[in-house]
Amino acid sequence: MINKVVENAEKALLGVTDGMTFMLGGFGLSGIPENSISELVKLGVKELTCISNNAGVDDFGLGLLLQKRQIKKMISSYVGENDEFERQMLSGELEVDLIPQGTLAERCRATGAGIPAFYTPAGYGTEVAEGKETREFKGKMYVLEHAFEPEFAFVKAWKGDTAGNLIFKGTARNFNPMMAMAGKITVAEVEELVAVGELDPNQIHTPGIFVQRIFQGTAYEKRIEQRTVTPKS
Amino acid sequence: MGLSKQEIAQRIAQELRDKWYVNLGIGIPTLVANYIPKGIEVEFQSENGLLGMGPFPVEGTEDADMINAGKQTVTVLKGGSLFDSATSFAMIRGQHVQLTVLGAMEVAQNGDIANWKIPGRMVKGMGGAMDLVASAENIIVAMMHTNKRGESKILKECSLPLTGVGCVTKVVTNLAVLEVKNGAFHLLERAPGVSVEEIQEATEGTLIIEGIIPEMKL
Repeated sequence: MINKVVENAEKALLGVTDGMTFMLGGFGLSGIPENSISELVKLGVKELTCISNNAGVDDFGLGLLLQKRQIKKMISSYVGENDEFERQMLSGELEVDLIPQGTLAERCRATGAGIPAFYTPAGYGTEVAEGKETREFKGKMYVLEHAFEPEFAFVKAWKGDTAGNLIFKGTARNFNPMMAMAGKITVAEVEELVAVGELDPNQIHTPGIFVQRIFQGTAYEKRIEQRTVTPKS
Repeated sequence: MGLSKQEIAQRIAQELRDKWYVNLGIGIPTLVANYIPKGIEVEFQSENGLLGMGPFPVEGTEDADMINAGKQTVTVLKGGSLFDSATSFAMIRGQHVQLTVLGAMEVAQNGDIANWKIPGRMVKGMGGAMDLVASAENIIVAMMHTNKRGESKILKECSLPLTGVGCVTKVVTNLAVLEVKNGAFHLLERAPGVSVEEIQEATEGTLIIEGIIPEMKL
């Protein structure tokens, strides 16, 4: 088996420079690559374009990169819950491209699947479709959407093996599998790194072929954004 | 005047049918899950990658890896499943989900919906709403009939940037149940104690009133 393991986040992010385009997995704060984000903050790389469904909160997730003004452009479907983001967006410091969530997911998938563009019904007749090619299929209108070109994809899994095979847990899977497929270099951080043979091949969500570097993550906070519970009766 | 938010949800729940997969938006739509009619089975889809969504977890068992599209901690029921975002939107665009319920700022008589952006104000994004409304065959909007200034949100044409075109099939407001077809709102039911005249008064779009309009049963 091809060994993809690197020692830590620092080694995993080798080659990251200013001006690059990244994909970062996660939905809200669930399944975000916490260790890679911390390392990006430490590296201080700037002028970044970040493709991520959300933009974190003020003091966690991508909010940490926003605080340090490392992001030039965000490509997301929903960016609430972040005051610093709002300030930078309204002042024009931050460029924001809002796209429908399903289109975002499919553009990530297309990127990794060798599909340069595809038609989707989402956004037809709205400002999202302005300037884009549209076409009718069987009486319904569709919008042409394109794949991305990310230099790195940062994903987070529950378990991974040294060959880069990944298993996600719960709804922390979200955008991670498609982004793993899409990165020119995909960096996977995992809660538990195991030897090959320890994961059941039947249960792998992301095959190791999509992962270039994998490392054992540390000190996961796994913050809950909206804690909603049923009281103990 | 008219229904509370809970009652709007309760009325929408009467639209659920046996063996339907349903996507509920944030706000009033989420409450629909509390009023599933007896004797039918439905499964709730959450677009962040969950089918068979259950209630909020018992205090102390909440898990950062188990949330709904509103980022609230939830549970997965027995027989539920988990998947990635591309698969989730394949379910939605591929019309495997039978009903979408969502909120709106404005609805127009041709079925257009606006619910994601107010020019000049902070834009948070459309999330999955555009994919949902572009694809679902059956879209019910849960909303208040008028805004805080008393102006109708049931319009001839939307004034706000659109989320989707010609897609809304039914609207349930605090005042009425409306069907959207042939370029007009058709009044199906009145909220208890609300007159046809009051509904007409609160509706800017073309309202078709045929025969005697019954009161909703909750």
